[in-house]
Amino acid sequence: MEKGISAVAGVARDRDPDRSLLQELVAHLRHHLTPLREEWTRRITEAQLLRVMTADEIFSEVTAVYDNYVDALETGSIEALEAYAKNLSERIIPRGVETHEVLGVVLLLRDVLARSLFEKYQQDSSLLNRVLDVYEPAANRIAVTVGVSFVQERERVIRQQQSAIRELSTPVLKVREQLLILPIIGALDASRARQLTEQLLKGIRDNRAKVVVIDITGVPSIDMTVANHMVQAVRASGLMGARVIITGLSADIAQTLVGLGVDLSMMQSVGDLQGGIEEAERQLSYAVTRTGNVVPGQDE
Amino acid sequence: MAVSILKQGDYLIASVQSALTDTEVIELRDALLAQVAKHRSRGVIVDVAALDIIDSFAARSLTTVARTNRLRGAKTVIVGIQPEVAVAMSQFGLRLDSAHIALDLEAGIQLLTA
Repeated sequence: MEKGISAVAGVARDRDPDRSLLQELVAHLRHHLTPLREEWTRRITEAQLLRVMTADEIFSEVTAVYDNYVDALETGSIEALEAYAKNLSERIIPRGVETHEVLGVVLLLRDVLARSLFEKYQQDSSLLNRVLDVYEPAANRIAVTVGVSFVQERERVIRQQQSAIRELSTPVLKVREQLLILPIIGALDASRARQLTEQLLKGIRDNRAKVVVIDITGVPSIDMTVANHMVQAVRASGLMGARVIITGLSADIAQTLVGLGVDLSMMQSVGDLQGGIEEAERQLSYAVTRTGNVVPGQDE
Repeated sequence: MAVSILKQGDYLIASVQSALTDTEVIELRDALLAQVAKHRSRGVIVDVAALDIIDSFAARSLTTVARTNRLRGAKTVIVGIQPEVAVAMSQFGLRLDSAHIALDLEAGIQLLTA
């Protein structure tokens, strides 16, 4: 934020009157600290913003933000405010605070302070104009800083979650020699389908699999692009010597696939995962037998 | 030619060592067909693990070998297709109909002897 500091230094040198005005303004805001804070809190509650937070929490945040805000106005350095906004975002994002609420709250403060300046200087309109000339650019910059910090923090959280989902989303599980299971949970998009193909082929090679059961019970819907990716994945598996059995096609997805006219002739499909595993075991010449009777009330 | 064709009992093993030009693909195809006739082989394994690309011409030639061999009572197994090659082939809709496919040489021999 060196730019901010040097800009303020420039202001101090070239436009001394502005500098003293700013100081007067800051002194005014410090002097009327309590009523202005209360007014701000009241407006926040009235606008039904930050409803997920308790009144005490709102008050303590209001105090901290107000102090930071006035400091930023005085020094022209938004570094501290930026750090505080980032920290605040980290705390409130998990609780479901929305972007419009944060922006609303900051703009309310700007509004509350501007009104108090109007009141103070309303006798002298040319002075009021000069005060606003000093106040508004600084206030706008602060509003932008807080908004951007919040959005950046949100984006960071989203990126983090996306990468977590990517890592978790396609486990390739070996259940028997030469038999793999790929349970797919959640919506499929083109990039996830591509990643799935990669994982599938890698799994086939690493485990020397002959049969793979792909279970899509947990997939809510499939579109044309994803369906084609699935077909390609199945074909590619075939080129690596592995057969694919698809299980858990819901009635909706099955209808979609038929409606889209996807060529499914090379896909073998079985109703549920259990059936799929049984079919795979049959193809690999496994025989699973039960070694005794199950006692009622115990396992199973 | 960058392909060596080895006789192993009733089977022939053709292992491709490096990328093939179209001419070399034709040579491989003709050599395989001739050798199968000469040794009265019951199966042919073509190992393509060294290939980074299998284009439509190579795929069609392999299919031709497989079909011709089948008419003579010999099985053809293509082994060692790399994952990236498999993805590319499926994207371009290339198939190896009438050939058997296995993961690697070992799985290919298993498939023939089973």
